Amino acid sequence: MSRDGDKFPPALHTSELARMAASGVSRRSLLRSMGLGVGALAAGSLLSACGGSSAGGAPQVVKSGPIEKGAKLKLLRWSAFVDADQTNWEKNTQAFTQKTGVPVSIDWETWTDVQPKAATAAHVGSGPDLAIAFYDTPQQFPDKLVDLSDVADDISSKAGAWFSTPQKYGQSNGQWIAIPLGANGAEWNYRVSWAKAAGFSEFPKDTDGLLEFAKAMKTDGHPIGLALGHAVGDANTWTHWLIWAFGGMTVDSNGKIAVDQDGTIKALEYAKQFGDQMISGVASWDDSNNNKAYLAGQLGATSNGISIYYSAQSDAPDVAADTMTAEFPVGPVGKPTQFHQISQFMVYAYTQYPNAAKEYIKFMMAPEQYKPWMEASEGYVSPPLESYTQDPFWTSKPQFTPYRDAAKNMLWDGYSGPMGIQSSQALADYVVVDMVARAATGQQSPKDSANQAAAQLKRIYGV
Amino acid sequence: MAATTEEVPTGRTGGSPGPGVPWRVRMRNDSRLAAILFLLPAVLILVGLLGYPLVLGVWLSLTNETLAESGQFVGLSNFIYLVQDPVFRTAVFNTVLYTVVSIFFKYILGMALALLLNRKLRFKGLLRAVFLLPWVVPTVLSAIAWWWIFDSQFSILSWIGIHLGLIHHNINFLGSPWNARWSVIAVDIWRGTPFFAISLLAGLQTVPKSLHEAADMDGATSWQRFRHVTLPMLSGITAIVVTFSAIFTFSDFSLVYSITRGGPNNATHLLATLAYQEAIQGGNLSEGAAIAMFIVPVLFAVTLLTYFKVSRRKW
Repeated sequence: MSRDGDKFPPALHTSELARMAASGVSRRSLLRSMGLGVGALAAGSLLSACGGSSAGGAPQVVKSGPIEKGAKLKLLRWSAFVDADQTNWEKNTQAFTQKTGVPVSIDWETWTDVQPKAATAAHVGSGPDLAIAFYDTPQQFPDKLVDLSDVADDISSKAGAWFSTPQKYGQSNGQWIAIPLGANGAEWNYRVSWAKAAGFSEFPKDTDGLLEFAKAMKTDGHPIGLALGHAVGDANTWTHWLIWAFGGMTVDSNGKIAVDQDGTIKALEYAKQFGDQMISGVASWDDSNNNKAYLAGQLGATSNGISIYYSAQSDAPDVAADTMTAEFPVGPVGKPTQFHQISQFMVYAYTQYPNAAKEYIKFMMAPEQYKPWMEASEGYVSPPLESYTQDPFWTSKPQFTPYRDAAKNMLWDGYSGPMGIQSSQALADYVVVDMVARAATGQQSPKDSANQAAAQLKRIYGV
Repeated sequence: MAATTEEVPTGRTGGSPGPGVPWRVRMRNDSRLAAILFLLPAVLILVGLLGYPLVLGVWLSLTNETLAESGQFVGLSNFIYLVQDPVFRTAVFNTVLYTVVSIFFKYILGMALALLLNRKLRFKGLLRAVFLLPWVVPTVLSAIAWWWIFDSQFSILSWIGIHLGLIHHNINFLGSPWNARWSVIAVDIWRGTPFFAISLLAGLQTVPKSLHEAADMDGATSWQRFRHVTLPMLSGITAIVVTFSAIFTFSDFSLVYSITRGGPNNATHLLATLAYQEAIQGGNLSEGAAIAMFIVPVLFAVTLLTYFKVSRRKW
């Protein structure tokens, strides 16, 4: 099994969408920002969501220079899942302030709130100076961001090469619109003793083995459980992995809808068998249900960030002591097809302090700051740079190691087509999650479910 | 001039003070002007907080604007697509079902509760406060509590059912489309019934006892008194309560979003949750606006219908 990031995923910059010319913040931004805010109160519906715009296009090129006089930064970041993440992040930030004199205030937001807030800020042209958002959020509005190509080069010069998929996430038309912070890896957590009792001395390496594992665990009364509700992280990650593992994809590299083809159908047939082995109720699970069930000892295995192991150490030590982690098995395509929530810095074009923001990113991504923070986060964020995966931390505990290569082995949202507003919308609409859920729960046949997804995608992609 | 100003009569009830009177005095004594000034803040707030977003929403629904790019005018194409979209049609169905069923049960239960609380009871004040709790607790908090109650593994309802021997395994409250629909409807009924109860109770207390006494003397039964005295006397408050509830329920967002996020498989999406998903999470502002626009005429119709048909009188 190849784990070589240079071989897979494929080369960068395939089928990027053409972008219109760059432009500044629109004349209607202020008015529209008012509309955005007040609409939420007045209409109680999406009248609120309808604010401003500027033409789409390339990111805003800001000539690098010294930090702006009197600069101060406001960062929007997802709240930490591991306590030491926040502590170390703030410590590094204070070090940046001491070094540069630039104060940085951090808005720690619940992770599901970051995307709408980050997108709204971009649209109305007001809000934080920079944000750390998930998935391909920056690809939705590249023209509203600052070109960070010089930042990416600077980081790379100090920390080595970027993995290919993080690089793809960070770039638009060859320019860096975002700097990957890392992938919040979702891997398997399983109960070692129960697995051994079921005849598995190690976690399966392929999808056939995984199905046998699931059957055996269910027979022993320790079923597996994976989210199939509208769970932004846990459902999206494993369902995309499944489709890709069998050669399926939503969109091909030419941007054509390809979800209703053989690979997807085979994946959905597998999903039906796989779903039958799961604990009941997974169709309603959000991102927290599997954590609760696993920590309560009701699950033999589940897919999650390493935060589940972190929580188990304090909340359920007996579960933690019996927990091992493993990478997602490889499907018939013979290559890793993982999908993770990548986290990226982006700097808004409207900021008054783009150079200060760039310096902040460089500082936080530099080895002196990044490595201690990465270690303190206990593996929650898989690094986007190869050199950081060679840190001894990743082999200091066997549970950490499977999370190490998440950024290396992942594919991207909308694989194998381009990223952009369409792939984001398909993800937001849970097209893949619902497709797998319909098949796995027997609501629809694999073919019907794939056809329904194809119809949704055709509308989203406008084909 | 100051002396003259003092001599100008005050307390006029209308009209202009006449020419030659200083503007400050005119302002103070012109009731029409005063009315305009008093209304102005409310008008400005309404225009700013309702009018502008509404007009903007209408405009965006007629464009193809996304988070990334400015929109071009595309006429009714968003609406034409939406009426053909199965997810949107499901959301419309859900919204209508959610509103109609919820209001029906909220009215029945609210009326029953109001009649009960209108009787001579011990601890009536305390009971009223307790019954009002579901309505005053922030929706998101109560939704989270219900989310636990409906949990597929840890539901207390399933636990009770199993321990009483009524069921043998956990109920899949939120995992199948119809179970999930009825579950969120049940929560909305629980949340909204106190509003009906307290409002109807207020109405009940305005019904003159003499009417009931007269009906009594005419030999009317309890049901006849309720049907022909109480209900007609409550028509006004009923119209108001139903209208408000219809507006809030039809445009509800937080309850469904907190419990199911529209799942499973879009089975519980309401128009507001779908609009949020499309516009904010998906970045398709124009489509989200178009979905939201479908709410407006329905609420307008509900308001008119309730106004003219339920109250059957001019206020």
